[in-house]
Amino acid sequence: MTRYVMVADLERCVGCQTCTAACKHTNATAPGVQWRRVLDMEVGEFPDVRRAFVPVGCMHCADPPCMHVCPSTATGQRADGLVTIDYDLCIGCGYCAVACPYQARYMVEQPGQAYREGRMRSETQRENPGRLGVAQKCTFCSDRIDYGEQHGLTPGVDPEATPACVNACIASALQFGDIEDPDSNVSQLLAAHKHFRMHEELGTDPGFYYLWEDR
Amino acid sequence: MNVGGKPWLQTHWDWHVAVNFLTGGSGSGLLLVAALGALAGQPLAAPTWLGLLLIGGGLAQVMLHLGRPLRGLNALFNPRTSWMSREAFVAGPLLLVALLAALLEWTLLGLLAGLLAVAFLYCQARILKEARGIPAWREPRLLPLILATGLVEGAALYLLVALLGGWHEATLGASVLLLVALVTRILAWRGYRKALQGNAPNEALRALERAEAPFAGAGHVAPVLLLVVAAGVPSAQAPLTALAGLMALLAGWGVKFAIVTRAGYNQGFAIMHTPARGAGTGGLGSKPGW
Repeated sequence: MTRYVMVADLERCVGCQTCTAACKHTNATAPGVQWRRVLDMEVGEFPDVRRAFVPVGCMHCADPPCMHVCPSTATGQRADGLVTIDYDLCIGCGYCAVACPYQARYMVEQPGQAYREGRMRSETQRENPGRLGVAQKCTFCSDRIDYGEQHGLTPGVDPEATPACVNACIASALQFGDIEDPDSNVSQLLAAHKHFRMHEELGTDPGFYYLWEDR
Repeated sequence: MNVGGKPWLQTHWDWHVAVNFLTGGSGSGLLLVAALGALAGQPLAAPTWLGLLLIGGGLAQVMLHLGRPLRGLNALFNPRTSWMSREAFVAGPLLLVALLAALLEWTLLGLLAGLLAVAFLYCQARILKEARGIPAWREPRLLPLILATGLVEGAALYLLVALLGGWHEATLGASVLLLVALVTRILAWRGYRKALQGNAPNEALRALERAEAPFAGAGHVAPVLLLVVAAGVPSAQAPLTALAGLMALLAGWGVKFAIVTRAGYNQGFAIMHTPARGAGTGGLGSKPGW
């Protein structure tokens, strides 16, 4: 079995948001929509203050609440663990969005524009009408993974088969791979570092790990 | 201090959805009480028509608010796990049976409509509970509150209909039922709020705190006092009883509206540890807004 997960090394992330930009460029998401984003968290009180940059997005949970509540079966789960949305089935009820504890889902009703002066050429050319009025979220760049698998490439190792945010990361803070493979990059990183998953107590079994210290 | 990651008020479900919980709950409660009334020989048609209108109206306006309303029937595709699908599955037979009950005034049909109405109300309560991204909704103690307020609203509406129709026995029975339901609802509210302490974002708790006084005072204490006084003052019985019913009803609507649109703060973000930086070590985590 394969389960693709993402690993974010909080020691490495510098909060540059290059992953956010790469995701927007690759997936042509609308203004205000960020399938991948990086939180800037300030923790503690003066003089003991710490700062952490925390990449977030769809956690591709093994037990995804969004899928269970979806009345139309638009939200599904692939054998490799990726949580998917069928835009042609979705009715746009927003139930998945309130069921997701990671605030990973977006809904856009009308075509948007980033600037007052009018829509940019890229916004017009890359608009996806199928995404209007339905739920949308990070896909872990499933099209790239599928392409890679069809061409004998390894997701997380070969850039053509790896999510755009991971490819773009300037600090190699984001990594992607198969957690079921003990020799994969992500399995080795998890073995070598202390790590946690967000809101693990909610029982969603998220597929997104945060490294915070060497073992 | 924490910057970034705090929970914020969800905007996916606005007043359109809240209205469906308001009218769906009231309509369901009313159909149940109407069925009980019919068993006692009281008229069935008028309360059933009103219940039908409330449930149907709520569903219709929420369907029009879907991102893709023309695909509305797709909501029936996942009864295996989705309470929204189950609600849709119950809604069809419920509306049909209630329509027939209103037209034919058969007690048996009224009873069946009442049972389906309970199922519909339960589905609505479970829809909220399964929204695991919203701590104030996923709390299991919300379930009895939604059910109890449905009963209160149903009894209150039935009381108003009975007063308008001049049905003396029905008025008396509905008043007693309303009293019992009010006690049940305030207990459910207390249980819900107690269970939520420490289990929801601060802003959600503050929103519920703001709802406390009007809900408990105007929605429970005042109606109970009015009903008691009405029992002792026959000349003012009708207006006092009507006012009690109206206040109990509006309080139910108010608190559901507050829960959906004011206390619906999402989970926010949290980290278990802050990372080690440079030669330093990792530190404590953070859960902003909680």
